[in-house]
Amino acid sequence: MDYILLVEQLLNGFQLGIILFLMAAGLTLVFGIMDLVNLAHGSLFMIGAFVGGTLTLVTDSLVLGAVLMVPAMFAIGVLVETIALRTLYRRSHLDQVLATFGLILFFNEATRLIWGPAGLAVPLPEFLEGTVALGAGITYPLYRVVIIVIGLLVALGLYLLVAQTRFGMLVRAGASNRVMAGALGVNIPVLFSLVFGIGAVLAGLAGLIITPITQAAIGMGEDVLILAFVVIVIGGIGSVRGAFVAALLTGIIDTMGRSFLDVVLLLFLPANAAESAGPALSSMLIYILMAGILFFRPQGLFPPRGATAAS
Amino acid sequence: MRSQLTPAHAVATLLIVLCATIPYLAPALDEPFYVIVFARIMIWAIAAISLNLIMGFGGMISFGHAVYLGIGGYAVGILGFHDVTSAWIQLPIAIGLCALVALVFGVICLRTRGIYFIMITLALAQMVFFLSVSAERYGSDDGLNILWRSEFGSGLIDLEDGVVMYYTIFAVLLGCLLLQWRMVVSRFGMVLRASQSNDTRVQAIGIPTYRYRLAAFVIAGVMCGLAGFLQANLERFVSPDMMNWHRSGELILMTVLGGTATLFGPLVGAVVFLLLSETLSTITIHWHLVFGPFLILVVLFARGGVMGLLGSRTTRD
Repeated sequence: MDYILLVEQLLNGFQLGIILFLMAAGLTLVFGIMDLVNLAHGSLFMIGAFVGGTLTLVTDSLVLGAVLMVPAMFAIGVLVETIALRTLYRRSHLDQVLATFGLILFFNEATRLIWGPAGLAVPLPEFLEGTVALGAGITYPLYRVVIIVIGLLVALGLYLLVAQTRFGMLVRAGASNRVMAGALGVNIPVLFSLVFGIGAVLAGLAGLIITPITQAAIGMGEDVLILAFVVIVIGGIGSVRGAFVAALLTGIIDTMGRSFLDVVLLLFLPANAAESAGPALSSMLIYILMAGILFFRPQGLFPPRGATAAS
Repeated sequence: MRSQLTPAHAVATLLIVLCATIPYLAPALDEPFYVIVFARIMIWAIAAISLNLIMGFGGMISFGHAVYLGIGGYAVGILGFHDVTSAWIQLPIAIGLCALVALVFGVICLRTRGIYFIMITLALAQMVFFLSVSAERYGSDDGLNILWRSEFGSGLIDLEDGVVMYYTIFAVLLGCLLLQWRMVVSRFGMVLRASQSNDTRVQAIGIPTYRYRLAAFVIAGVMCGLAGFLQANLERFVSPDMMNWHRSGELILMTVLGGTATLFGPLVGAVVFLLLSETLSTITIHWHLVFGPFLILVVLFARGGVMGLLGSRTTRD
């Protein structure tokens, strides 16, 4: 196996990890602060792709579409939170799962009604086409580099927001002890609306950003949602840092497994066994990783301070 | 447990009588399609009962329960693919496989609680789902057709006969209802219910609740696997879609719709869910647009599900 392919796949895995991080960051904050299971987070991913995609087609610019999508997704997020989710905080996890499952059905159908069953294709603008040379004979698609850079910038911004600002301090306080933070005068409902809006923007951004590669489709958020679940379970619910590490870990292991596991298996197994076991095992790899990590650390890699797995 | 007769009892009795008489009632009403609809309802009811055992009575919200439907189904499909059609081989393998998977999954999941439990059951089920998708030999996404239903090798149970198939499902449903009832009122069920409301206290009394919860998890897996076995035989078809996570969500939904932690809730929920989706989908193809918000309203306002509205006390109290 040559090293160029290895580096390429490593970067692909890194890029998947970035997408997963954008999803998982919002999800983990919502879990952490409000103890809410939000299955509809995958729908926000999809809505971001469709709304952002439409804005892109209308303005004829992916950049403009992405910029306009941010307030749109923030508004949608705050709206969904206020109308549908606010009443669910005090409910059991079971009720939350069911109600947000209902939201998924609603959003999928509403999307089908508005944009039709065929989905939406967003062309990649010309200046983002082509490849860049990374040195040592490695070239990599420019747009995927852009995705990675944007993701890293967002991660940095989120880190600064959570770790360095007053808003972030309140978010962290809410995540480690909601009741105490409320008692000390933090307006938890407003805080949560804002956090949910930010989560919606991040999910929408993730959805829009991969649309030029895959195109927007109904239900596109669901597979990503489940992967994002795996990510926040591995990373520790409520921890943005954990989500970042776990997202990159998951993205890289999944991509590398799919590309190289059959080659690795060939070292131990006869050719036909390796060929049939490779795809099966590689699709299971991240779940095995999750099970393994949970077996030793039931609260994930970076449990936020003050949180327990039992709660 | 013993309470006065409520409308809930009447509804439960009516449903059982209806299930028992549909193969004769449906042709008389000139609606032969109802036979297959009720056969499907009963299979979903079996699966929902198995989920109710762990979710309703044990507080273990499994969001990957449909995986056992798939495993039970694929046991029939894959063995049939290799020309092994004897039920005496298929059934033990389906049961054994479900028990083994439930045991392994249970050991992993039961270390956690709450949100973690929900997400891990979902992820583990998703793992098996992707395994079935990647099995090119067995049809991947397209699934497998089953040419011959499971053969019991006796004249008495010939599943190729539609009526026999129907009453086999009915018998299994009755058996599962009976087992659920016996389990819930037994010492075993008491420990399970007690550990749902206060696990620490039950452990402090000296009862190792982990073992009880694990046993219940495995029993529920096997029961759901039986439903998968029956579903594969009824539809003569298995596909990864049987264990799509939407199916797991629907199972939870049925159980809650009917009333969790009630004996007949899962059956009532399966009836309401399937008849409702059957009716709504004939009115408009966009029926999910109505169904989604309906679900949210059920969660918000109809606590205790249909059985709760009808005045059935949950056995949890």
